[in-house]
Amino acid sequence: MAVVTRPRLRPRARLSLNDPRVRAVLAQLVVLALVLAGAAYLIHNTLLNLERLGVASGFGFLWTTAGFDISQTLIPYDRTYTYGRAFLVGLLNTFYVSIFGIVFATIIGFIIGIARLSSNWLVAKVAAAYIEIIRNVPLLLQLIVWYFVVLGGLPTARNSITLGEGVFLNVRGLFVPKPIFLDGFEWVVVALAVAVIAVILLARWARRRFEQTGQPFPTFRVGLAILLLLPLAAYFLAGSPLEFQYPRHTKFRVTGGLVMLPEFMAMVAGLSIYTAAFIAEIVRAGIEAIPRGQWEAASALGLSRAQTLRLVVVPQALRVIIPPQTSQYLNLTKNSSLGVAIGYPDFFNVAGTINNQTGQAVEVIAITMAVYLSLSLAISAFMNWYNRRMALVER
Amino acid sequence: MRLSRLAGAATVIAALGFVAGAASAGETLDAVKKKGFVQCGVNGGGLPGFATVDDQGNWSGFDVDFCRAVAAAVFGDKNAVKFTPLSAKERFTALQSGEIDVLIRNTTWTLTRDTALGLDFVGVNFYDGQGFMVPKSLGVKSALELDGASVCVQTGTTTERNLADYFRANNMSYEPVVFENANELIAAFQAGRCDVFTTDRSGLYAERTRFENPDDWVILPEVISKEPLGPVVRHGDNEWGDVVRWVYYATLEAEEYGVTSENVDDLRQNSKNPTVRRLLGVEDEFGKFLGIPQDWAYQVIKQVGNYGEIFERNLGQSTPLKIDRGINDLWTRGGLQYAMPFR
Repeated sequence: MAVVTRPRLRPRARLSLNDPRVRAVLAQLVVLALVLAGAAYLIHNTLLNLERLGVASGFGFLWTTAGFDISQTLIPYDRTYTYGRAFLVGLLNTFYVSIFGIVFATIIGFIIGIARLSSNWLVAKVAAAYIEIIRNVPLLLQLIVWYFVVLGGLPTARNSITLGEGVFLNVRGLFVPKPIFLDGFEWVVVALAVAVIAVILLARWARRRFEQTGQPFPTFRVGLAILLLLPLAAYFLAGSPLEFQYPRHTKFRVTGGLVMLPEFMAMVAGLSIYTAAFIAEIVRAGIEAIPRGQWEAASALGLSRAQTLRLVVVPQALRVIIPPQTSQYLNLTKNSSLGVAIGYPDFFNVAGTINNQTGQAVEVIAITMAVYLSLSLAISAFMNWYNRRMALVER
Repeated sequence: MRLSRLAGAATVIAALGFVAGAASAGETLDAVKKKGFVQCGVNGGGLPGFATVDDQGNWSGFDVDFCRAVAAAVFGDKNAVKFTPLSAKERFTALQSGEIDVLIRNTTWTLTRDTALGLDFVGVNFYDGQGFMVPKSLGVKSALELDGASVCVQTGTTTERNLADYFRANNMSYEPVVFENANELIAAFQAGRCDVFTTDRSGLYAERTRFENPDDWVILPEVISKEPLGPVVRHGDNEWGDVVRWVYYATLEAEEYGVTSENVDDLRQNSKNPTVRRLLGVEDEFGKFLGIPQDWAYQVIKQVGNYGEIFERNLGQSTPLKIDRGINDLWTRGGLQYAMPFR
């Protein structure tokens, strides 16, 4: 193949081994080549050995029928779907439990962290005891304890606790009515979107006005009203396009409706309470990093303790808090793989079943590692973005 | 736990990557002789009657006795064996990677495992089938009444798939609750998380002995699958596979010809029966053919016993399990256990 070379406009700088920059690049290239060669050798050898041992390899199994069921599926799935789909179901279950865990861990962690700094002796000591006990007991043990606390505390399916109409709680989980969206519900969604945009604009306007005139505006209360009232109005105007499918008792259990599994409850409880202990310490460190003068200045301006925390201390503390917080979120997500011990169908659990059925350990483990890696990198990327937003803006 | 599992996975990948040419013909037998003991993979969760470990660290059980029999055949010493407790999920990788020499862990012989996993099953030392256990209070008499039930099942087993197939074939729905470890599964089942616990029937009987009130639980009559359980070796390592296979046959042949651990010394001296004489190494050179000592079968029977003795000691009427011989009886008594001829 002929290669057309463009005439060189400028004489290129002479490349010489005496140039330290050239040497640096060369050294890096050599290291890179060695690492790649090592990886290639390992992969090649693995494939060779798998073939010699007569072990099937390749990713074709992802498109074959899985043939097993999963107790919690956020997307349509049954045993006639493929292994690839089963992986996806497991991944979504991991997401689901991690998101709930992160939200609760953050809330509990902030409360405990602030309580630890309380001037009330009892509150501070209770918070300290919580942190020391929870931090120092292995998470797996805690999950198993939570699971059996949840199971032991709930009645059998036949003696369900009824919490209001169509809400049952028993050892099989928490059953609530399932909403079914009828025609016209899209208007409610549109109204909600409009309300969200309106609130964002309102918040901007309120801040600008506050910065210019010093007049505060009750953004929170007005915003909440807009968020609630607008979709509600749309809902009634569209003729109440929503029905509920109520769970009902059958021979063995309650069927229909939406269910929150006991495994899920135990996972969320265990993960969030465990991680909250670490977050509490991070929050305490963050707040203690704020110089005393900031507190004194705020109180000299007449701010209450709550206002001082909300307006002065926490925004500054966040800059210290966010980076270690990211690690805690990553830990929580990775720890969700312990769900396999208590029967929660997370990604790792489903991968285990697939590994057993197909026998393709190398591929399944490779997929598992790739998934947890991408999950962690995604959370890191998000937290870094948030960190940049929160970073000190010098004016 | 997660870390150790990842480390395990890394070890497997590393082992597959580095140990080129580990399992060519005859190598396992040579390697076993050289290191002086058999590394045997057994049930790590502890399955009463099949593999349990006491507080002194002594292993016992049906599967464990077959491990000991292999050691007795190769070394003339039933204690020249080390046990690797394995979960259902870990077992095949442990064998593939060479961590263990033989897997005797109530493992079902299936086509996939025999082919795609690079393994070889040497025989069926226990014919089993999958069943269901329910609390008596549920009032269920047949598995066909289980539509809509939630089912506790262990991952890494053929059980998981049989369960799906059975409910699908009978057009019933169910909710699987999948555990990695049998202990948490049993606890959840007893706490009422599931209506049904399913595994091999031998496992159901075994686990039930550990329940607080064994009589409150019933095992349903349906057997929904064939679960032939047997020892497994690596594919392509035929000499080693032959040794394990013929050790198993020796225990059967001994029972068939009435050779027990008690009368074996006497029969070795005085028996006129050519089959018994060949089995016990008085005639012919079976030991040489197998590459192990000439008195191998004598040592197996003397130290561990024949099939019937192993069965009775671990699973039979004198044990809490009280499993009938049933299809595991000798072919001469209408069962399926049949040794190839010692000629």
